[in-house]
Amino acid sequence: MIGVELRKLALRPRVWVSVLLLCLLPAIVAVFLATADFAPPPGQGGAFLSAVVNDGSLYPAAALALVLPLFLPIAVAVVAGDSVAGEASGGTLRYLLARPAGRTRLLTAKLVALAVYVTAAIAIVVLTSLVIGILLFGTGAEAGPGGQTAQVVTLSGTSLSSSSLALRLLGAVAYIVLSMLGFAAITMFLSTLADSALGAALGGLAVLITSSVLETLDAAAPVKPYLPTHYWLSWLDFFRDPVLWHNIDRGVLLQAGYIVVFFGAAWANFATKDVTS
Amino acid sequence: MIVTRGLTKRYGRTVAVDAVDLEVREGDRYGFLGPNGSGKTTLVRMLLGLVYATSGEIEVLGQPVPKRLADVLPDVGALVEGPAAYPHLSGRRNLALLDAAGRHRGRRTRRRRIEEALERVGLAGVDRRPVKAYSLGMRQRLGLAGALLDRPRLLVLDEPTNGLDPQGIKEIRELLLELNRDGTTVFLSSHLLAEIEQLCTRVGIVDHGRLVLDGEVAALRAATGRVLLRTPDPAVAAAVLDGHLEHRDGEHLVVRYADAAELNTRLVSAGVRVSDLREEHRTLEQVVLEVTSHGSDRFGGTR
Repeated sequence: MIGVELRKLALRPRVWVSVLLLCLLPAIVAVFLATADFAPPPGQGGAFLSAVVNDGSLYPAAALALVLPLFLPIAVAVVAGDSVAGEASGGTLRYLLARPAGRTRLLTAKLVALAVYVTAAIAIVVLTSLVIGILLFGTGAEAGPGGQTAQVVTLSGTSLSSSSLALRLLGAVAYIVLSMLGFAAITMFLSTLADSALGAALGGLAVLITSSVLETLDAAAPVKPYLPTHYWLSWLDFFRDPVLWHNIDRGVLLQAGYIVVFFGAAWANFATKDVTS
Repeated sequence: MIVTRGLTKRYGRTVAVDAVDLEVREGDRYGFLGPNGSGKTTLVRMLLGLVYATSGEIEVLGQPVPKRLADVLPDVGALVEGPAAYPHLSGRRNLALLDAAGRHRGRRTRRRRIEEALERVGLAGVDRRPVKAYSLGMRQRLGLAGALLDRPRLLVLDEPTNGLDPQGIKEIRELLLELNRDGTTVFLSSHLLAEIEQLCTRVGIVDHGRLVLDGEVAALRAATGRVLLRTPDPAVAAAVLDGHLEHRDGEHLVVRYADAAELNTRLVSAGVRVSDLREEHRTLEQVVLEVTSHGSDRFGGTR
C-alpha cells in the first residue's frame, strides 16, 4: 500500500513541479549573491548567507533556511491536503476502500508516503544547492572572494570539518522532516474532514500563519512553546558549536506530540466516517 | 449472498434507508429498482462498508459487514455512482494501482488479470492515453474492468450502463449474463426499468428508503386476466363477448377472459376473424408505478 501511495505521488506532475520550485528559489538567490561582488553583512538576509560566499559547501544549509519558512510548508500543505480529500473528490476513495485497502492501512500509507516525499524533496534541495554552491562560490579550500582561504564556519564562529558538517546537515534534515510531518499531520486531519483538497491545504496554511503571527505577539507568550512553528528554526542549532540540543529536544518532542495527536484524530475521524463521496 | 435485516440509515433527521430486509441468493441477477433519491446508493454503500448503518444487520457472502469487511470485499466487484480513476494516468496504470491497493492477489498475475479484465469489457486494444481523454462510455467500461479484476463471486453495480450507447448497453448486458452463467451473482441497482427488465430474474423495489416490493420478475409480471384482441369485425365480436368486454376502441378490444385459447376458439366458431390475440401481462413499469411515489428529486406541490 505504501508502494501504491508512493507511485501515485511520483506519477503526479504537480509533485515534481513543487520539488522544482523548491530548488529554484535557492538557485535564484545564489545567482544574485554570486553576481553581486559583496557579501550580505552577517545577521542580515537569510541565515548563513554571509558565510556561503566564502564557502559553497555551506550553501545547502542556507538553502534550507530559505525554503523552510514558507515554500516547504506550502508544498507539504498541498500534498497533505490532497491526501484524503483529493481521493474523495475524485471518487477514487470509494474504490480504494471497496478494494479493500483498509482505512487504517490507507491512512498510514499516506502519512508514510508523505514522509518520503518531504525527505526526498529536502534531499533534492540539499543536493542541488550543494552543486550550485560549489559551482558558484567554490569550496573553502580555494581562495574565497576576500582572497583568504577559509574553513566552513559555524554560527558560533568556529571551524568545521567536512565530515562534521555532513553529520550536522543530516541531523538538520531529519529535524526539518519531523517538523514538516507535525504540520503534515494537522493538514491531513483537515483533509479527512474537508470535501475539497484545496480547502484542507488552505486550512493547513491558516494554521501555519496563525502560529507565525502568535509567535511575534508578546501577549501570546504562554502558548508560544506549544505552537507548531515554535521550534521550526531550531535546526539552526545543529550548526552551532557545540550543538545546542536544548531547543532541538523540545522541538522533537513537540512535533512528535503533534503527529500523535493529529494523526490519531485523522484516524479516528476517517475510520468511523461515512464515505459518501 | 446478501442478507440485510432491518437495515436503517439516518442522516440527521432524514431516513435514507428504512428497515430494509433484503435477500439476494447465489446465482441471482437481482435488480434493485427505485426512483432517484430513494436510498439505493446508500444501501449499496452500506453493503460495501463505505457507509455505516444506523441499525440493522448486513451479511455479504455469509459474513457480517462491516465487521468482516476485509474477508468479504476481495470477492466483491463494485461500481458505485459512476466510475472513478486518476485522470492523468492511463487506464492500465489505474487498474494496476487499484489492484496493488488490495491485499495482494499476486503481483505476477497482475498484468494478465488486467488484460483479461480489459478484454472482457471491450477495452483490450486501448492505447496509453490518459483517462481524462476517455469518453464517458470508455470510463464506464474501465470502471467495470476494475470491478472484474479479481473474478468476484458477487458484482454490486450501481447504474452500470450510464453513459453507454445502445450498442454498449447490449454488450454490457451480454457480459453480465455471461458472468452470471459462470456463477457470478449480480446485484444491479438502477432506476432504468428497461435495464432491469431485460437482465434480472428477481427485483426489489425501493421507495423513500423502504423496500416496497420484492419478488421474481416473472411472478410480478403475472397475467392480468385480460386478453387483448384485435379483429376486423369488432361489432360481431362485441356481440359474441357480451359481458366479458371491458373496453372497445375501433378494432382493439379488451376482454376479461381467463383462457386466451378458449376465447379464440369461441370467436372463430362464431365466425369472428381474429388478427391478433394475446394475454395481457402487467409491465414492470405498471408494477413500479403502483408501488412507488414521486422520486425525491421532485419538489412540486403534492397533488
